[in-house]
Amino acid sequence: METPLRIAVVEENPPRAEILIAGLSEAGHTNVIHIDQTKRLLQALYDIDPDVVIIGLENPSRDTLEQLFQMSRVVKRPIAMFVDKSDRAAITAAIDAGVSAYIVGGLQKERVQSILDVCISRFNATARMQDELEKTKTALEERKVIDRAKGILMRAKGLGEEEVYRLLRKTAMNEKKKIAEIAQSVLTAAELLR
Amino acid sequence: MTDKVTAGFIPLADAAALLIAADFGFAEEEGLEIELIREVSWANVREKLSAGIFDVAHLLAPMAIASSLDLMPGSVPLTAPYVLAINGNAITVSPELLCEIMAELSGEEPHPLATAKALARIAAQRKSEGRPPLTFGSTFPFSCHTYQLRFWMAAGGLDAAEELRLVALPPPYMVDSLKAGDVDGFCVGAPWNFVAAEQRLGHTLHYGCEIVQQLTEKVLAARCDWAQRYESVLIRLMRAVSAAAAFASRPENWDSCFARLSAPDRINAGRELIKGALSGSFGVQADQNFLTLGAGLRGRPNETQAAWLYTQMLRWRQAHARPGLAEAAQAVFSPLLFDRVFGPADAGETLSMPADGLGTFAGPPFKKNRIAEYLANAL
Repeated sequence: METPLRIAVVEENPPRAEILIAGLSEAGHTNVIHIDQTKRLLQALYDIDPDVVIIGLENPSRDTLEQLFQMSRVVKRPIAMFVDKSDRAAITAAIDAGVSAYIVGGLQKERVQSILDVCISRFNATARMQDELEKTKTALEERKVIDRAKGILMRAKGLGEEEVYRLLRKTAMNEKKKIAEIAQSVLTAAELLR
Repeated sequence: MTDKVTAGFIPLADAAALLIAADFGFAEEEGLEIELIREVSWANVREKLSAGIFDVAHLLAPMAIASSLDLMPGSVPLTAPYVLAINGNAITVSPELLCEIMAELSGEEPHPLATAKALARIAAQRKSEGRPPLTFGSTFPFSCHTYQLRFWMAAGGLDAAEELRLVALPPPYMVDSLKAGDVDGFCVGAPWNFVAAEQRLGHTLHYGCEIVQQLTEKVLAARCDWAQRYESVLIRLMRAVSAAAAFASRPENWDSCFARLSAPDRINAGRELIKGALSGSFGVQADQNFLTLGAGLRGRPNETQAAWLYTQMLRWRQAHARPGLAEAAQAVFSPLLFDRVFGPADAGETLSMPADGLGTFAGPPFKKNRIAEYLANAL
């Protein structure tokens, strides 16, 4: 059996790193080492001596990493980019997913292809999750604003909750705005009138 | 119809010509819309340029050559038809290192040769005491920053690869690294040296132009295949950038330029710092030559500059000499398209230039056809 590839994941964001490492381990890559702080990147890489290095595109340490690769005395084996100019579609897929990977040493591309595939799909998944999280957060915020506006209106106009909500909805429709926006103006007005 | 151009940039004062072309209507006048995308690393700029996500980019001049010579991962043939900026870097050291250098100089003028020799003595002293070596920050392996640092240090007898540590850091992180004590000094572009000086975290030891008088710092780079296919778009972009560089070089326009350039989606640094960088008037060491944007003939790519940068790649063992490489490097900075767009160089305006086109503070004069001889005589 071939020795498992040693993979270093340079990622400062813990949830992203966890998802990536879990994904790699499901795909059978168990020799994955996480570098969570990039301050001592050189020493960490030297100690780990990885076959593959994975780093997020938004990581400002990318140029630091490239410099380390340049210093041949530090990393003794040749470095290649995982996806190179030969395959523009693969580069685009990796960029879209926000990940970049380097192969250390003259490894066979077929042996490592699955690693990048896993990274791309997992990074895409985290991006989607983050997106959904943002949406949920916004929805929650909006719900809070609407609830507070409802309370103010109920008190000011002596109306019930449902009537107040209908009033907000009607105003929103008339003004072609979101209910949350109308609710926000109610809060602002209440603040000014206080 | 308006043609759209996607351009990547790193937040630095020397991106001004491209940013102002996009933001002040110079692109529209040429029937272009420039979509600017701010990046965090030069490696990202390279990849997005080579993958076709960017059409053009604000790029380190040596990177355009290194990519064309296939010296780094993700390399593709690039062309640099327009120079965005000349010079603009500076070497900053920590207050502690400055004290040590001053003590070594003991009253001698801080000429780059004297400071380099002082630094070599300090590095040797540290080694003999078993203390960790000095660490200097640069922005990328293939950058004028790296070459300015190494050229300066080598003149004092110090081999940066052997006797100290060089690390690459993104420009906006340079000052924090100095503050945290991760680096003892750095070479970076404007306005980051001034940021360090203003916060009293570092001292500007030398301007880049004290090391090399005239050095192509940033270029407008495009993939060769894109440049060929969309030549008319590229030509209009070059005109827009040239007009923007001329506009930004006139003092009466500085207030409006600096207000826009300092915005968070552009350079994201104080207006006064950007002004200091582009007017060469920061602090006491005012120098008109500190940073010049590529207005007029200054935007013309120069083959001698390309040859010198390639020579540095050989000298610092980033490239191995092979027949044809020197010519290939010079072809990246070919002025042919520039001359077609803006007219022949000898008509009208002339520029004052150092005798050999570079003006290094030490070492023999440079001749682009005598690279081996130059390297043999380098200090």
